[in-house]
Amino acid sequence: MTTQTPKTTPTQPDRPAAPQARRELPTVPTWRRKLRPYLLSIPALVIVIGILYPFVVGAYYAFLNYAAVNPNPHFVWFDNFKSVLGDQVFWQSVKVTAIFAVAATAVETVLGVGLALLLNRSSIIGKIFEKVLILPLMIAPVIAGVIWKLMFNPQFGILNHVLGLGNTFDWLSSSHALFSVVLVDLWIFTPFVAILVLAGMRSLPKEPFEASEVDGASWFYMFRKLMLPMLWPYILVAVIFRFMDNLKVFDHIYVLTAGGPGVATRTLQIGAFEDSIINLDYSRGSTYMLLLWIIVFITARYLVSVLGKAQRRAAGAES
Amino acid sequence: MAITRFKPTRSELLPGQRRLSPGSVTADLGLIIWFVFSLFPIAWMVILALKNAQEQTTTYFQFSPTWSNFATVVSDKGTQMTSVDFKAALLTSLLNCGGAVIVSLVIGIPAAYAAGRWKYKGSSDLMFQMLSFRFAPELMVIVPLFVIYNQIGLFDTKVGMIWVLQLVTMPLVVWILRSYFEDLPEDLEQAALLDGYTRTRAFVMVALPIVRPGIAAAALLAFIFAWNNYVFPLILADSNAGTVTVAITKFLGGGGQAYYNLTAAAAIIAALPPLILALTIQRYLVRGLSFGAVKA
Repeated sequence: MTTQTPKTTPTQPDRPAAPQARRELPTVPTWRRKLRPYLLSIPALVIVIGILYPFVVGAYYAFLNYAAVNPNPHFVWFDNFKSVLGDQVFWQSVKVTAIFAVAATAVETVLGVGLALLLNRSSIIGKIFEKVLILPLMIAPVIAGVIWKLMFNPQFGILNHVLGLGNTFDWLSSSHALFSVVLVDLWIFTPFVAILVLAGMRSLPKEPFEASEVDGASWFYMFRKLMLPMLWPYILVAVIFRFMDNLKVFDHIYVLTAGGPGVATRTLQIGAFEDSIINLDYSRGSTYMLLLWIIVFITARYLVSVLGKAQRRAAGAES
Repeated sequence: MAITRFKPTRSELLPGQRRLSPGSVTADLGLIIWFVFSLFPIAWMVILALKNAQEQTTTYFQFSPTWSNFATVVSDKGTQMTSVDFKAALLTSLLNCGGAVIVSLVIGIPAAYAAGRWKYKGSSDLMFQMLSFRFAPELMVIVPLFVIYNQIGLFDTKVGMIWVLQLVTMPLVVWILRSYFEDLPEDLEQAALLDGYTRTRAFVMVALPIVRPGIAAAALLAFIFAWNNYVFPLILADSNAGTVTVAITKFLGGGGQAYYNLTAAAAIIAALPPLILALTIQRYLVRGLSFGAVKA
């Protein structure tokens, strides 16, 4: 804000051009300086509004009875919510989404932190592997889904062959599908947690660890009492990204199972896709999405507040 | 301080870093297990892509390798066999994602600079609105857009795709670059101003060149995310603006003859651009993927 006010210039005494600058700089009027950030942000604001517009329209659809078969909708208040919330299939979707998001995030976090710990040892093997760690993460989730779908195939897939499961074991049957999609998700996204936590580990101060090593602390004690508290903000950032993404998971589940068999892996976004794009019932799909958006919004607010607390605590612990 | 450190090599190590102990062997074993799990699917895809039509359904590791699948996938013959025009999808992906990233850079850099340089009223509101796009469920926007696009004729057009891809690329560009502009010392631009530069010239000649690596990283990461996106083209595009991610799933569907080897070859072709780009910006990945939250 106070970038070129004359006040700051005299504090830089060894600048020869200072006297001249004091004369020149105020020629930019204050109102123009104040306006500058707004002018620079206007195009971005247009984009934001352009994206918010369909969002608001979508929220409005949730209160209409709008579908391809009913192109002249009218306002039905909370009828969609009543019908969706009274529907067994919706609650099944909520259950699947919750199980998937919690299970995948938990496993990815534990494995990611473990992987970061192993890579942080800087062994030769670790150095080589660190280069290829992000490969699954950079492949599109939908392509990862295709890859795993080929491997899951009971007859022609490699997995049953290598693991000796015969040619009848079906990874994507209704009892195994949710496990299998979590497996694919953690294959893709565990490296995400790992590289974030690894970056955190490498930025930690060395002194506390040296001191406790001199004191003869065990490795586990150091990890639990020193490293984990300082790493907590990094882990939380990774958890926030993973959990929010897992709540709205779509790509790889859609290509693997399309929400099936039956409704075994029908997450909320897949449910909304079925209702609004396949069955062309826009209002019902929008109702799903509005409910998911509320869940996402509340979760995000909660997790961000936890992160804020953790960052303040970690900052306090380090100084 | 330096005198008291008798064993510098030893004390540089963090917990669990001691070499050549039973623990370190277990750790290396753990790493190897993970990387077998992590790399096996990719290796299997390469093998499958090199198999010929007779071998594609076998699960053996011995086979007679052929490169022809890669050529077939992008040829007219492949299009006739699988009814997927993969070549066109590749070109569309390139145009959609390139266009989306350019638009995001042109619009996002000034906004990121404003947010990183000045604290002004509404600045954080705008930034958090952007961030919320990253976390919002996509279909909340896409379902109404599906209806709107069909009404105004943007359905299955590249312009429509570039517009909707801003949902992916814009938050990424703005948030990453804001973190770079925040780190940029203000003195540099001030020195330029004192030398008689205008504000615009100071920005273009001083600030921009310094954050150029950040801009490149943000642009490439945005390109990767746009390339890997699936929901938008699935719903808002068809044959004209359909991208590789949609094309690849079509290899699996559509009953009748299955071409596992061609699917694998297509998967590799489609996965290569993001992989190559990611390796070139590996240093900036952590910062980019965390939207500037973790500065590695």
